[in-house]
Amino acid sequence: MKDFISKRAKTIPPSGIRKFFDLALTMEEVISLGVGEPDFCTPWNICEASIYSIEQGVTAYTSNRGLQPLREAISDSLGKNYGLSYNPDREMIITTGVSEGLDIAVRAVVDPGDEVLVAEPCYVSYSPCVTLAGGIPVPVPCSGKDHFRLNPDVLMERITARSKVLIINFPNNPTGAVMRREHLKAIADIVTDHDLLLISDEVYSELTYESRHTAAATVGDLRERTITLNGFSKAYAMTGWRIGYLCAPEDICNAALKIHQYVMLCAPVMGQVAALEGIRKGEDEKDRMVREYRVRRNVFVDSLNRIGLSCHLPEGAFYAFPSVEKTGMNDVEFAETLLKEEHVAVVPGSVFGEGGKNHVRCAYAVSRKELKEAIVRMERFISSHRG
Amino acid sequence: MDEKDLLILQILEDNSRLSRDEMALMAELEPDEIETRIAALEEGGVIRNYTAVIDWDKAGNGEVAAIIDLKVNPERDYGYDRIADRLSRFRQVKSLRLVTGVYDLQLMVTGRNMQEIARFVSEYIAPMDRIRETATHIIMRTYKEYGHSFMDRETKERIPYSL
Repeated sequence: MKDFISKRAKTIPPSGIRKFFDLALTMEEVISLGVGEPDFCTPWNICEASIYSIEQGVTAYTSNRGLQPLREAISDSLGKNYGLSYNPDREMIITTGVSEGLDIAVRAVVDPGDEVLVAEPCYVSYSPCVTLAGGIPVPVPCSGKDHFRLNPDVLMERITARSKVLIINFPNNPTGAVMRREHLKAIADIVTDHDLLLISDEVYSELTYESRHTAAATVGDLRERTITLNGFSKAYAMTGWRIGYLCAPEDICNAALKIHQYVMLCAPVMGQVAALEGIRKGEDEKDRMVREYRVRRNVFVDSLNRIGLSCHLPEGAFYAFPSVEKTGMNDVEFAETLLKEEHVAVVPGSVFGEGGKNHVRCAYAVSRKELKEAIVRMERFISSHRG
Repeated sequence: MDEKDLLILQILEDNSRLSRDEMALMAELEPDEIETRIAALEEGGVIRNYTAVIDWDKAGNGEVAAIIDLKVNPERDYGYDRIADRLSRFRQVKSLRLVTGVYDLQLMVTGRNMQEIARFVSEYIAPMDRIRETATHIIMRTYKEYGHSFMDRETKERIPYSL
């Protein structure tokens, strides 16, 4: 029999955490700081709205772009919160999570051979999506000394005549780094000067703790050359509902819409109805969750530093990204040994790209009680491996 | 009372057994300032007590609780305050509120059994001057108290890793 697997499918790497996953499943009493999603359940009013709509028989396809009232509500909210202005009928698509948004955005703009700059460490799907679209991912490392912000000089070094797109994600998974307006300004100038297109994944935009989120498309002249991706998963604890959205100038949006209509048709209607309730009436619950993350962040990051894992204060998302360099282990050894010996799951930073080496991602989206226990175990682990 | 005070109250209401150092980190204040602010909140009567939320059904002490609605004739110059003051002095009365609607006051009363509660209502509450009508609701089961659910839901399975 022929080898049926495509070269492209072979090119993309398997998940970097498969073996950890399997190992953790064999263990008891695992405290997992390895999960990239809120530990809260979706606020109940949101669930109720979706249950009610199912009872009412709202179970059919929606338009390709998604429910009109949802797009309008998103457009209003983006305007009110970030000063963004996107026309809900021409410049927006409701997607099946930001994952789909990223995929159709990349496919809408990348031709074979195009270089796509990817600010790393970052979510693991960016480079594979570029590869699947025939593009060439070019990592741009963000380093701890810049608090994991994208350094304009480093970006400049990676730009070539074939560079077409830059993908960024701030607040960042896995580092929690935030780019404020002043940081984005320098990047905006480079993007414009080199005639690049920016794809900005802002799914953690509601989870910032030191300053309000700056949407990339509001900086300089970026709007006309930016695809903004966002969604409901993180802010409203709605990961399983799979609702995101893509906003872009009309011509780019139409290109992405063509792909969306063929591969997805529309995002699930139950999720869209839930998202509408969330954006209309979910503010209080969202604020409550953000306050809780902030409290956990303060306690957790302070504790990490105290037990000898140096960690900058992440300004957004729900991840701490401490360095494990002082333990003498690399990030993969550290994560593996910690899981085996203390049953605490963290993700090795190198999974998220070169820039993540010697760091581990700890999601503090777990209860305070579990965070506390995780620290006890990690402290014991570190002292037992000292010298 | 500022935003930090409100934050401290929220933290305490959720868990009053945290150390001052933990609270300091959470509220982004120095431990000393936490100390001072809590003292002031106690002094000012904003914080009345530190208690536990207990599922008494589970504890199995066999006590019974009831909600009692009262229609009351208010008093010139005092309104409901004097009758409320008298009612609140009974040890059996766990909570007491003035409410809108058909009834005026609402009490929560506990006792060793239903008879004890019935006796308490008929001997002490109903005969009081100015009380026109009582309606006693024995509590069959408590599902949620002070924001804490008493339902034993199965904890949802969470995968150990996701990126």
